[in-house]
Amino acid sequence: MRFLMTVNGGGRQPDEELFAEMGRFVEELTRSGVLLATGGLDHGTHVSASGGNITFTDGPFTESKEVIVSFALLEVRSKEEALELSRRFWTMVGDGEGDIRQVSGPEG
Amino acid sequence: MAPDTGTAAAHRAIEAVWRIESARIIAGLAGLVRDVGLAEELAQDALLAALEQWPANGIPPNPGAWLMLTAKHHAIDRIRRDERLAAKLRLLGRELETGEHAGQADFAAGDDEEIDDDLLRLMFISCHPVLSTQARIALTLRLLGGLTTEEIARGFLVTEPTIAKRIVRAKRTLAGNQIPFEVPPPAERPARLVSVLEVLYLVFNEGYSAMAGDDWMRPALCSEALRLGRVLAELMPAEPEVHGLVALMEIQASRIPARLDPDGLPVPLPEQNRGRWDQLLIRRGFTALLRAERAVGPPGPYVLQAAIAACHAQAHAPEQTDWARIATLYQALASLTPSPVVELNRAVAVAMAFSPARGLEIVDGLAAEPALASYHHLPSVRGDLLAKLGRRDEAAAEFRRAASLTKNIPERTVLLRRAARCSAPSRQPPA
Repeated sequence: MRFLMTVNGGGRQPDEELFAEMGRFVEELTRSGVLLATGGLDHGTHVSASGGNITFTDGPFTESKEVIVSFALLEVRSKEEALELSRRFWTMVGDGEGDIRQVSGPEG
Repeated sequence: MAPDTGTAAAHRAIEAVWRIESARIIAGLAGLVRDVGLAEELAQDALLAALEQWPANGIPPNPGAWLMLTAKHHAIDRIRRDERLAAKLRLLGRELETGEHAGQADFAAGDDEEIDDDLLRLMFISCHPVLSTQARIALTLRLLGGLTTEEIARGFLVTEPTIAKRIVRAKRTLAGNQIPFEVPPPAERPARLVSVLEVLYLVFNEGYSAMAGDDWMRPALCSEALRLGRVLAELMPAEPEVHGLVALMEIQASRIPARLDPDGLPVPLPEQNRGRWDQLLIRRGFTALLRAERAVGPPGPYVLQAAIAACHAQAHAPEQTDWARIATLYQALASLTPSPVVELNRAVAVAMAFSPARGLEIVDGLAAEPALASYHHLPSVRGDLLAKLGRRDEAAAEFRRAASLTKNIPERTVLLRRAARCSAPSRQPPA
């Protein structure tokens, strides 16, 4: 089953040490065959559709906790496995917030 | 007594850790004690200890290292209690004692490369030719996949005791024949790698053949085979056939969302809704294929099959398929691994690329092939080509024959439908 893990802000200020740790973590997930894709996201543009009116608002946004800054798409065997990997990630990066959501669709 | 939900949740969390860590732990222990059966027992002991301690104390910050260290302590205890074992492991005992003093921090920082080597050794020994194919599959899923006996049994539609017996016997065979825990020397490696790849592909195909409504454990075999293939590709990055198999599995898995219709009947590749193909897996498949093609020398059978799968994946519509290239690739595959099944596939490609008549010529050459006597794809392909040539009565007869040969009920339904369409006196286009 696939899970999309997002970081919605937070995490300690990245330094060389964190970059190195993160590199190892990503490599480990790749080597164990569970990481399908990962990436970082910029501030982006907010879209709002209401009664046929579509409005775009450029970021950054004040409610920064709701803004996804990075994601990882994982293929794991259970929700608990996704939670355990998330635990390892947040142990490494420190305080912050994120989401773990199962990607729906036919099982692969 | 049913565990309360808190304990149940803790146990599920521990199982998840086990799934993530078990292969490396068993591999690392097997590297120390040189016996996969004993290594697995020690790892299981560590898992039991975790099940006892973690629900109360919480999951340790580095659960893999905790499990490994605990297993090593069990190993030392076992060696102290069991003189025979101690004698056998005389030389290794010292290493274990040193490991004990080195402590967790040392292991956590430990030699990942060495564990990688042990993991590769574990793959090779689990797929050792001294074992039956069924035993190789069961042992691989158990030791490298971290699957339980029950899960393997469910995946392969056999009873749990059958799998348990297979695993016990496999471990005994390995120990009895004193099979070394090693990556085979260069002279044996190509043949041994064939066995590893074959096991992974068999597991994948078992999952791929799962039908709608089957136990979810069956399709999960596809993901597991694919995951183990990806692991192997990182362990043996210079082996083109490993990347070839990974590419083949990624691309085949990309079609899973499109291969069954809403009634659970199989949809043939040309009729699949390509919009449902998983583009992420296709892209991963292409990447793996590129890695394979970087190697020097002629492509092996998995690389060729992956290249064929890539031809299909590349075509946004069936009519854009490069059938001439597929026919050439099948030709290469046939010269590498001559088989009537490959020849039959080549016939399809030739028919699509050039003319149904030319395809039929190849198929007719296979009619007397004893290996295909009860292979339903032969009359099915023949029926298809006859229908294209307007020989509808003959086509219907072939579809009916194909239907009588397959045990797969959804497939039989599809074949009988095609037979009926050929027999129908309508002006509908032939099946």
